[in-house]
Amino acid sequence: MTDRFIAAPRAEAGTGIIDLVGVLDGDSAAALTEAYTVAAPEADRILLNFEPMTFMNSSGIALVVEILARARVEGRAVHAVGLSDHYRHIFEITRLSDFMTIHGDMASAVA
Amino acid sequence: MTTWTQTLRRRITRRAAADAAATQPDGEQLRGAEASTVEIPPNDPILAFLQSAPGPVELETLELDSPAVRDLREAGVALVVPLISSGELIGTLNLGPRLSEQGYSTDDRRLLDSLAAQAAPALRVAQLVREQEAEARERQKYEQELAVAQLIQQHFLPTTLPQPPGWSIEAHYRPARAVGGDFYDVVERPDGRIAFAIGDVTDKGVPAAMVMAATRSLLRSAGREELGPGGVLAQVNDLLHGDIPSRMFVTCLYGILDPRSGELRFANAGHNLPFLQTDAGADELRATGMPLGLMPGMSYAEVEHRLLPGQLLLLHSDGVTEAHAPDRAMFGTPRLHDVVAAGSDERGGMLGKVLTELERFTGMGWEQEDDITLLSLRWEGEAAASTLAERTFPSQRGIEREAMAWVAEAVVASDLEPARAENLKTAVAEAVMNAVEHGNGGDETLPVEVRVERRAAELVVAITDRGGGRMIPITETPDIDAKLRGDQTPRGWGLFLIQNLVDAVRESSDDSRHTVELVLRTDGGEPR
Repeated sequence: MTDRFIAAPRAEAGTGIIDLVGVLDGDSAAALTEAYTVAAPEADRILLNFEPMTFMNSSGIALVVEILARARVEGRAVHAVGLSDHYRHIFEITRLSDFMTIHGDMASAVA
Repeated sequence: MTTWTQTLRRRITRRAAADAAATQPDGEQLRGAEASTVEIPPNDPILAFLQSAPGPVELETLELDSPAVRDLREAGVALVVPLISSGELIGTLNLGPRLSEQGYSTDDRRLLDSLAAQAAPALRVAQLVREQEAEARERQKYEQELAVAQLIQQHFLPTTLPQPPGWSIEAHYRPARAVGGDFYDVVERPDGRIAFAIGDVTDKGVPAAMVMAATRSLLRSAGREELGPGGVLAQVNDLLHGDIPSRMFVTCLYGILDPRSGELRFANAGHNLPFLQTDAGADELRATGMPLGLMPGMSYAEVEHRLLPGQLLLLHSDGVTEAHAPDRAMFGTPRLHDVVAAGSDERGGMLGKVLTELERFTGMGWEQEDDITLLSLRWEGEAAASTLAERTFPSQRGIEREAMAWVAEAVVASDLEPARAENLKTAVAEAVMNAVEHGNGGDETLPVEVRVERRAAELVVAITDRGGGRMIPITETPDIDAKLRGDQTPRGWGLFLIQNLVDAVRESSDDSRHTVELVLRTDGGEPR
């Protein structure tokens, strides 16, 4: 049982946005890394859009940690938008939310 | 000091006797000296005098009110040469009169003084070696006694515990180094009821272990008769009294539990009171009585209580409540009460929780002062009657999402709050993923069984794989700071999420299967 995951990079007002579509799990590593590599050079901050994400497990969390670690080394801030209440809770208990700004909607995220 | 003085003197006297025999064939005077021994008590003033004497001391002119001086004179000693090592008097050289019948000259004294200065350190070394040898022999004897006591005690503790349907009975026993006299026992009676006992013999070592073994055998024997807990204790008390060494006694709590109804009846011979963990916290169940073996003809009042599904009875020994922190504060009964009242979400259950709290309190490197014994009887509920749904999944990648959706459907009727239902779904996905990858090693032919049950005040999702005989390895707690620094791998969140998203996680394993139970309390417990 495999579900397609798409990580689509785009740029908006100096922000590198990565739309996370589908299932974020251990199989998403290559797509997410590639999207970051495309989005990062043009941006001083990265916005992960979880709105189109349908499921994330602990392997997906590990991928977010990897992106966060890489961005910190490169001096880029990481923001998040579109998290459901449940995943926002998970970001809190894992303390991911201490290291990335979480926005309620896309308008405030790119403002 | 008496011992070394005697030993030293004998050797010196014999040497003098040999010299005398060479020069004076009849040797009459010195044979008399050889036959005499002189006791010098540690408080005799001669010892203080010799300690500070500048050199050899002539006894004839010594004015000292000392029984030892008198005895030495009678033994024929004319001159005493103190042996001093590191400022301490460690012996003396005792000489009779000169064979030439003249007094000891200044040169003689100087020579003896010099001889004493060289002999004293050598003598001290010999004394130390002898002391160490004696200590080593003592230590070896102590270790042997310990081993015997441990052997007796372990032999008389149960190797398996009966597990009536719907109940979980667990025990933990950890002997102190000196081996106290703790014991416990759990026996299934022919009528299906469970008899249990926990006790503590005063004293330590082999004597305590022997009394423990005798008490446990007497309890088993009395338990076979148609006696209630009070009758069992009264009979064992009478049998022990008279045989037990004086100043030794046994505290013991004895109970009989009917696992079908939860009916409990127990009596207490001076042992620590048991705790009952309930939805509302914890209660101490009170029952009193004289310890066993002190006085004959005692009676023991029986206390009745009815346990409910979901409740737990915890028995303990004073090795728990009387454990000390590094600052000498005592763990105490109120603290144990609070630990029991808080319940347990830990993998090791209530016993694991108590031991964790005890370890936290006493700190690392604690030398356990007394035996620690814990016995818990928990009524899990009637599992078979409340299975809500059951399904087997193949060990395929991504199957965790199908299992998660299926569990969500199965618990719809349970009216979980939406947030708790979402938490349960993620925990199920993680546990199924572990079962597929770790338990079944990714072998698609091996099944993952998922069962949803309602047990008393709990909603339980049990996930079983074929990775029998091994428990989930304990890994380091994920730390986001360490992960971002590169000191920890970015992975390793699975177990952490499971533990933080449900109210309790239980784990069990047999030879072929491994089960993780995800528990949500349905009695109004705080949602995660």
